[in-house]
Formats: sequence, structure tokens, C-alpha cells
Amino acid sequence: MRAFTYERAGDAAGAARAAARPGAKLIAGGTNLIDLMKLEIETPTHLVDVSRLPLAGIEPTPDGGLRIGAMATNTALAVHPQVRARYPVVAQAVLAGASGQLRNKATVGGNLLQRTRCGYFYDPAKPCNKREPGAGCAALEGFNRMHAILGASEACIATHPSDMAVGMTAVGGRVEPVDGEGRTRALPLSELHRLPGDTPQVETALAPGELITAVVLDPPPAGRQLYRKVRDRASYAFGLASVAVAGGQAALGAVAHRPWRATTAEAALAGGASPDEAAAAELAPAQGRGGNDFKIPLTRRLLAAALAGENA
Amino acid sequence: MQIRLTVNGEPRALEVDVRASLLDVLREGLALKGTKKGCDHGQCGACTVLVDGVRINSCLTLAVMHDGDAVTTIEGVGTPEALHPIQQAFLEQDAFQCGYCTPGQICSALGMLAEAAAGHPSHATADLLAPVELTEPEIRERMSGNLCRCSAYPQIVAAIRQAAEAA
Amino acid sequence: MADDANPIALNRAGLIGKPVDRLEGKLKVSGTADYAYEVMEKPGAAFGYLVGATIPRGKIAGVDISAAEAAPGVLLVWTHRNAPSQPAPGTQSQAGSQAPAQPELYDERIRFYGQTAALVVAESFEQAAAAARLVRIDYEADAGAAVVFDDMHAAARDTGGDEEAQKGDFDAAFASAPAVIDATWTTPVQNHCQMEPHASLCWWEGDQVYAFTSNQSVKRPQHALGETLGIDRNKVHLRARYIGGGFGGKNNSYADLTLSALAARELKRPVKIALTRQQMFHMTVHRPATVQRVRLAADRNGQLTGISHETISHCARADRFMERASAFTKNLYAAPNRRIGHKLALMDLPVAGAMRAPGEAVGMLALECAMDELAEQLGMDPVDLRILNEPDVDPTDGRPFSTRPLVRCLKEGAQAFGWDARIPTPRHTRDGRWWVGTGMAAAIRGNFLLPAKAQIHISAEGIVTVRQAMTDIGTGTYTILAQIAAETLGVPLEEVRIELGHSEWAPAPGSGGSFGAASAGSAAMDAGINLRSKLAALAVGDAASPLHGGDPAKAEFRDGNIVIGNQAEALGDLVRRASPQGVDAVGAVTPDPKGREYSQHTYGGHFCEVGVDAVTGEVRVRRMIGVFAAGRILNHKTARSQLTGGMIWGIGGALHEENHVDPRFGSFVAQDLAQYHVPAQADIAGLDAWFIDEVDDIANPLGIKGVGELGICGAGAAVANAVYNACGVRVRDYPITVEKVLAGLQALEG
Repeated sequence: MRAFTYERAGDAAGAARAAARPGAKLIAGGTNLIDLMKLEIETPTHLVDVSRLPLAGIEPTPDGGLRIGAMATNTALAVHPQVRARYPVVAQAVLAGASGQLRNKATVGGNLLQRTRCGYFYDPAKPCNKREPGAGCAALEGFNRMHAILGASEACIATHPSDMAVGMTAVGGRVEPVDGEGRTRALPLSELHRLPGDTPQVETALAPGELITAVVLDPPPAGRQLYRKVRDRASYAFGLASVAVAGGQAALGAVAHRPWRATTAEAALAGGASPDEAAAAELAPAQGRGGNDFKIPLTRRLLAAALAGENA
Repeated sequence: MQIRLTVNGEPRALEVDVRASLLDVLREGLALKGTKKGCDHGQCGACTVLVDGVRINSCLTLAVMHDGDAVTTIEGVGTPEALHPIQQAFLEQDAFQCGYCTPGQICSALGMLAEAAAGHPSHATADLLAPVELTEPEIRERMSGNLCRCSAYPQIVAAIRQAAEAA
Repeated sequence: MADDANPIALNRAGLIGKPVDRLEGKLKVSGTADYAYEVMEKPGAAFGYLVGATIPRGKIAGVDISAAEAAPGVLLVWTHRNAPSQPAPGTQSQAGSQAPAQPELYDERIRFYGQTAALVVAESFEQAAAAARLVRIDYEADAGAAVVFDDMHAAARDTGGDEEAQKGDFDAAFASAPAVIDATWTTPVQNHCQMEPHASLCWWEGDQVYAFTSNQSVKRPQHALGETLGIDRNKVHLRARYIGGGFGGKNNSYADLTLSALAARELKRPVKIALTRQQMFHMTVHRPATVQRVRLAADRNGQLTGISHETISHCARADRFMERASAFTKNLYAAPNRRIGHKLALMDLPVAGAMRAPGEAVGMLALECAMDELAEQLGMDPVDLRILNEPDVDPTDGRPFSTRPLVRCLKEGAQAFGWDARIPTPRHTRDGRWWVGTGMAAAIRGNFLLPAKAQIHISAEGIVTVRQAMTDIGTGTYTILAQIAAETLGVPLEEVRIELGHSEWAPAPGSGGSFGAASAGSAAMDAGINLRSKLAALAVGDAASPLHGGDPAKAEFRDGNIVIGNQAEALGDLVRRASPQGVDAVGAVTPDPKGREYSQHTYGGHFCEVGVDAVTGEVRVRRMIGVFAAGRILNHKTARSQLTGGMIWGIGGALHEENHVDPRFGSFVAQDLAQYHVPAQADIAGLDAWFIDEVDDIANPLGIKGVGELGICGAGAAVANAVYNACGVRVRDYPITVEKVLAGLQALEG
């Protein structure tokens, strides 16, 4: 791990200011950043520790949504009575990810901003456009079983590994980043993560230093909610594919560079299509790269079953 | 950097490399070797400790981020002469073989039992709103962040049940 | 040895078989057992960190260590250009050497991806890790470097030797049989993934080196280090007291041992080196992938007329390790016409090596599924098919079996599992979204005995201490040696101490190949018997003993006493008075040549129920039992744990474990525990295992057999057969992951 300096942030705007400096980075739970720093995939020269900022509250909003402080741990989110009662898809998604220990440390903001688990990204000896723009993508012609089938590019076929974000994406909402001047803006969840395009190293729409202070979920859509994840182990494994359903809304996980709101399927359903038809429509543009071809039928079946209400 | 920790009830002040993980500070700085380094990347659970009573992977956190925190390691759970009931249960149920993942399993089990007692649901919980019943599937899911390559998994579940029932 | 002279057979105190807790257990559950990297006997260790090569074959063209050397806290940076001179690899200059020199950083050649290319030692771990990434190495890859992984047939070559076994005319039998199976199974590269990374801590005192390491044996790394350092091996004091898992991957010693010893000598202070989890995947051995063609020929009643099992496995270009996946097929089922073969495909990959049950672990994934397919073809129950083909003598060489309770295991397992309620046609039961089905497989594993010695001591306090250059890698060696010693000497278990892992002590073969308990334990019993003779002679010759003048041949040892007739004396009293410095004895076991006249194995039967998700193809084991025969059982608690642990490895091999080779780089894709999946707690449900009663008097003086590898043998095949029975999909390419099951489900759905 490269040497760096460290400060514990006193307030959000100050943290954003400090983190906007070249080489600086925010750290909260650290469960992904430290992992990557040990491999020198992340090499910040300055860390701004925001984990103690008073941004961990979870409370209903006046319009019936839920405001989740970005420093709330994944565990705090999953066990919150409001989340369990009104956003079970979010609780289930969180609980389907990582391990108890990791969820106790990882924060809501950090979960959203975690980086891909592509094995080539994690191996500094292999070319990766995300790690080293222009170096090439080893996954394109390599072992790409875990990789994206939707929205990928010739520069990158990595996936976003979060479960939590998939649950939240199905519900919809916004994140609230604050900048160094203390200005907070509202960024729709659906616009937070980018597709890779030619710049897979740019993963979010956040400006340098911007600190997510909260996620504000929309009021829960009417109807049932469920989260279903397919993985190689029964627990403690990243997803091969996942689906979140909240009423007439759905999102897919582990299939793209960002949590994938299944708007095509939603529209098809609303137009009277069957779950099978809706799922097929969503996956119509999907493209495999060999090792991940199976994810197309897998995700289609998973989505169709979830839309049809099959679970457990 | 100078930090203060309360480790197993004892206040400790020490100088640490800002890069040092809590795990390495416990093992190398404080000579508490019971906490193990299995993967150093949060993928095995051998380094599990309790921070303010909550189980975490000590490998994936910087010691400087814990200035002021209270840490419980396996050495604070019990000693060979005075085993904690869960350590005794691990011994009786043969819930380990090589022993390397064991301190992490035990610390994780303590944290897990507290989580269950606080009503936390898990991936294995069918009804998120119902009280938690610590069935075998629940224990298995909640302990899945602790790999055991010797594969003492059934015995670990038995030990945790034994300790939970005795408590 | 007659039973009445064999204290283990006699089992007077009932300690043999007793499920006692692990002797070292309190240390392990309290975190006070010190593994190599944690030893604090000599404080002030510097921290070493290795750098691995990033080409599969070639040479180091240039190095620049200036930045690393200038980094804070750095004490030493070595590449092949400035590392100390060492003997050539393979050097065995000392008489009786059990292992050759293992030099590191000795030339510019890179022989496999991940090979150690540099070492950095610094004052702290953080400094060493950071400086290691400042070492600049330029590589020149050989143009010819090649990994032909997608077609092992193309690279396969005969190696000769005893890997081949022919009997009768297999081709004719196969051509004329009314029922045949001819299919190919593949198994992937697997990694040991011991929880404790390979690690060593060394320091020097004068010309003597103290080397704490994580190794499955004691003498081999001691000898290797002596050869490498060019010093008399008796100056190498090797310690391996606690080992955080081995499974075959710590049979060898690696760069951590060689370089920590060399760096400690250079720096005149202790140096410790642990491999990172990522480094373990390339720097240590792995189980090679296999391609296995199995052909079965049977008559209409299911009697096998021919059996053939041919395996190709790969290994590093300069190595000859072979995954002998077909070997057990020589011994398992009767058939007059047989062909067994192995071939090697040499590739520019890291060195392959033994991993838990080398051969059987992956070989049974093929043969035992072929048997399932044959049973289906014939409309027979798979248990009945196996029983029908049970041989009376070894089907290949005609030797008698030392014991052969396979059928008992199968019958008892079938009954306990409720096998007779099984529906043989696939896709018969749905439980919600799950197809549910069952499968079974037999288990067989070769049994071995190696020469070993043991030393034993009884103190004036009556404490019995056994010392051996032996290891306990989690198998229970400490515990079973204590049971053997206590039973032999007739003393309470609490008065026995077992000290292992010191190279100065009596040599034992270490832990591997399931030979540990039999070899080390037989020597310990012999030492105990020799100590009894000494104590008896002492007592009858001591005028102050109540046993004075008695017949030493009639001495019995029980309840802490030596007893002749109706006279008794506490052992402690005798020793304290007659030999206050204590009494020592040694013992040994040498394999009886007669043992080779028998075909020796352990056996078992696995029965498994799985669920297969009808939508996604996910497979989850719902319950599984194994019934095994492994001779006399020394400790039903620790032995059962070996079996269930092995069965879980079998589940992992069937469903999870796989490393992919990226032929473009000559490297493995998975380099951590998030990518390489070993089973997690949630994957294991409803598992149970037990032993049937038996004793194998041929195997060794204890009548026991090894249990460390038996559980894995066949376990995965039972899972695979259950997958087929559940959902109708046969996957012959392991592991049985979602994409393979899903493709089958889609095909069935039309």
C-alpha cells in the first residue's frame, strides 16, 4: 500500500473540499477501498475519513419516501424497521450481499460506489482500461463468465457488483451529493452510475470530491417486492445475476456496468405483455462474450419468474 | 500516527503506520496473534474481531480509523484456563481442525448471536418482520462469512447451537 | 502381534475409539496456538515480502531495485542478481537426504507465472509490501511459451512407468458387450486454499538456524533447507508445531522458507515471510485439470466384462507430477478385461502437486458417474450394480484384500438414507422451485504405512511424553497419539503430553496420503511397549518395589500402575524412586513386507439429496450421509470430522471449485477467495458420517487405516448423480455450475 496522509473529516463540506484535492479520496467503511489499496489498484495520497460524520440516520420523508444517511452501515439499513416493512426488496438485497462482518462495516454510500470485481481489474499484471485507460481489456477475449451482457462496450465489460443498489434501483430515488462549498444537489439514482463507453474509468456522475450524504428512496411502489440473486455459492459470493422487483418496477444486477433498471420490461408489462414476454424484451439487446452467454437466458428466466411472482 | 484503543478492556496507546490494518496492529503491534490473517481482503473471515461489540473483518479497516474504539479479540473472549462457553462448545463439538479460522469463527459467532438477539434478519429469514428464530439454516447463513477449509461447518453449527442453548 | 499383547486391541481403559476432545484444542479455541508467522520466542523479526513473475516462461531481462532500496524501512532487496549463491536445484549432497535443495532467486530464468522474482525485507509489513511494488523487473517472454489448455489431448504424451495396467482384452469385451458406457469427464484446476498462508520465520544462532514453518512434515523441509543453505541438516532446527491446513499443498517448502533463512542470515535478525493469498495460487502447487475417458462394458444383467479409465492431466514443463485419477479403478470393481492409463500434458503452468486424495478425488467423479449411467441404461439400482460387481480379490492383480467391507458400507448407507424409496427416473419430485433428487457413489482410497520412529519418556511425576518429528495439520495427530500412549501405558489421558513438530525428535513421515496416524501411531505404540518393558524390568529389579522379583512378562499397566499378579505400584512412585531422571524408550514401525501381499484400501458409500432450481439451474445439497470403513477408529470425534470435512470437499469439487487458466498469460484467473469458491457454511446442510466396525490387522500394528482423504472420494459423484436424478441433466464437465445445468434444463424443455 502506497503511503498517504489521513484526516478524520469534521463536516461534510470540509470532507468534500479535502477530497477534491488531487490524489485525495474519501473513505467510509473501507471494505472495498482498502482491499484495492492493498493491491495498489487504488493509490490515494490522502484519505479523508468520513465514517464518523453524523450522516447515518434513516428516517421517513414527508412525501412517504425514506431518507438513508450515506454513513448508515449496510446492516443498519437492512435491519431498520422502516426498510423491512416498507422496502423489503432493499433489505433482502442488502442481506444477499457480502457477509455479516462486511455489512457491519460497509456503508450505504460506499456500497453504491464500490468498484467492479472483474478478475482482470483485480490483477494489476493484466491489461485493464478501467485501471489504466488505454491498456486494453483482458476480459473481452478472456475469462468473462461474470461479465456484462447489457450496456457493455469494447473498452470494458465489467459489472457493478452491488446487490443493495439493485434493490434501490427497482424502487427509484436519488442520491444527495454535497460539494466543497456545502451545496447539495439531487442526482437520480438512475443517473449515478455510468455505462463504460470509452471511459470505463469514470464510473459515476459525481464530481471530484463530491460526497454522497444520503440516498432518498421514492415512496414504495404499490405491489409486492422481492429480490432474487443467483450465485455460485449459497452465500458469500458475488451474483451471476439478480433481479429486484418493486410493484411494477424491476431492476437487474450483475449484468451491466451499473444496476440495470428494467424499463423495457416494465413498459411491456404495463402494456399487457406476459412476464416471459417482458423479460424477453428486456434481454433482447443483451450480448454475450462467450463465457457469459449463459447469463442471457439465466437473466431472462430469472426476471420472468420474478415478474410472475415466483420466489423462494 | 498515535492512536488509542481499548483492547480486551485494556486501554492502549500506540504509534501506528497510517497504512496498517487493524489486523496487523493487533497481531504485530500488540502481539495479539490470536486474530488470524487468512486472505487480508475480507474474503475469509479469519480476522474477525468485535469493535464496540460488532463483528467486522479487521483486515479491511485501518487502525487509525479506530482511534477511540473498543476492540475485543479472541484473547478477550476466554483463555485456555478459563474458556468462554462458546470456546468450550467449539472444543466439545470438534468445531475446528487446523484451528486457523477458529478465533475468527468464535468472534463471529459472538457477534452473530448478538445480532440475532437484537432481532436482525438474514438472507435465510423468510419473514423480515417476524422474530428471529436461530434455526440451523439461519446459523449457516449468518456464519457464511467465515470460511473453514478443513470444513468443520456442521460441527461449528452444533457448537453455536450448544452455546446458544446454554446461554 | 497377538491381541493380548497389543494394548490397542486390548483397549483396557477404553481410550481407543473414545471421542475425546482435541489435546491442543484449548489453545486453538483461545487463539494461543502459535502458527509459524506468530512465533515470538525471538522478538524483532523483520518482514519479508515476495514479488512474483508475470510471465509464464522466459527470462528476467532487467531489474531496477533502486527505488525499493531507497524506500523507508527497507533492509534488503534481492533479485537473482544479488541474492546469495545457493546450490543448484535438486542438489542432494548429504547422505540420506529426503529432500533436495530448493534455491530461490538463483538465475534469470522464469519457469512459471508467479515464480518468485524478488524479495524485499523491511522493518514493518507495510513498508515491505509498499517497497515490493517498487521493484522494477523487465521480462523477456520466450516466444515458444504455450499453454494448450483447451485441448489437453493434443499435448498429452505417454510417460511409461506403472501408470498403465492392462488385463485381458478390453477392446474385444467392449466391442461385444450389450451394454456400454463411453464418455469423457473433465475436472478443472483446483487450489488447496489452506486458511493459513504458507509462512516461515527464521533466525540464526551462530551457525545454527531455527526455522518455524507451515509444512505438513518436519524432516523434509529440514533436509531441504540444509541442502539449500549448504549446511549440515542437523544445524537446521525446523519447527512445525501448528499448521493451518495442508491438504497436500504444504508437502513442499516454498520460497518463504528458503528466503527467510537466507535473509535472516544476512540481516542477523529474525525474518519472517508469508505468501499473500494472491501469491498462493501460483507460487504453490495446485491440483491439475484432468480429462478422463471412462468406458464400461457389461452383460445384460449388469456384470461388468470390461472397464477402462484413461486420464490426461497437465503439469509444468520441467515436472512430472501426475494426477493418477484412474489408479483406483484397478481395485474397485470386478471385470476380466481392463485398461487403465495415464498421460501427461506438459504446459508452461505452475507446478502441479498432490491435493487431498490425489487421484481418487477427481477420478471417482468420472467412474462413479459412469456406473450411475450404466445402472440407468440397464434399469438397475446403482447400489445393486455395485454389489453385483464386487470382487473377491483385487480385480487387477489377484491379491487378497486386507479387508473389504464396501458392500456393508453401501447397504448400511442405503438403509440409513432411505434409498429404497428412491425413484430412479429423473425429474420426479418438485419442492417449490426445486427439482429434488438423490444419488449415491462408492468410496475407495488406498491405504499406506511409512516407516516412523517415536521417542517416549516418563517422568518422576508419572507424566508420559511422546516426542516425534511429526505434524498435526488439523487431522488430530496430537490427540490420537495421546490416546495410544495413554492406553499403552495404562495412564490417564491427562498425564500424557505430545510434542510434535521438532526436527530433532524421532523421525516420522509427516501428514499426507492418509498415512500419518498409522505410521506415527504405530511407532508411538511400539515406543510405549518398549517403555513398558523397561519399567517392568525396573520394578522387578528394584528391591523397594512391591513388584520386586516378579515376572516382568506378566506385568500389566493400568490405572497409572504397573501390576504383576496382585501386586501394584504407581508408575510415578516407581520412576521417582528407581529412576528419578525418568525413563526413556524409543519405538519404530517398519512396513511389514507381508502387507504388500494384500490390496489395502478404505471404503465407503455416499448418499446425497440435492435440489436443482428449475429456473436458474442452481444446485444445493439438501442432505448427505456417508458410511465408511477405515479399520479400527482411534477417536470417533476427530475421525468423523475428517470424513465430514472430506465430504464437504467432495461437494465443493462437484459444485464450486475451479480455477480457470488464461492461456494468454499462462496464469490462473482466480487469485483470491472471492473468485476461487470453496464451500461456505450455507452450502452445507444435513451432513452426517459414521464408521462401521472393523479392524484391519494387515494394515499396521494398530489395525487402523487412514481417514483424512476417504471422505472426499466419491462424494462429488454422489452429488452429480443426484443432480441428474433431480433434473435430468448430466454434467460431465466439473464443477456443475449454473450455466451447465441451465443449458441442460433448456434442452429438456425443448
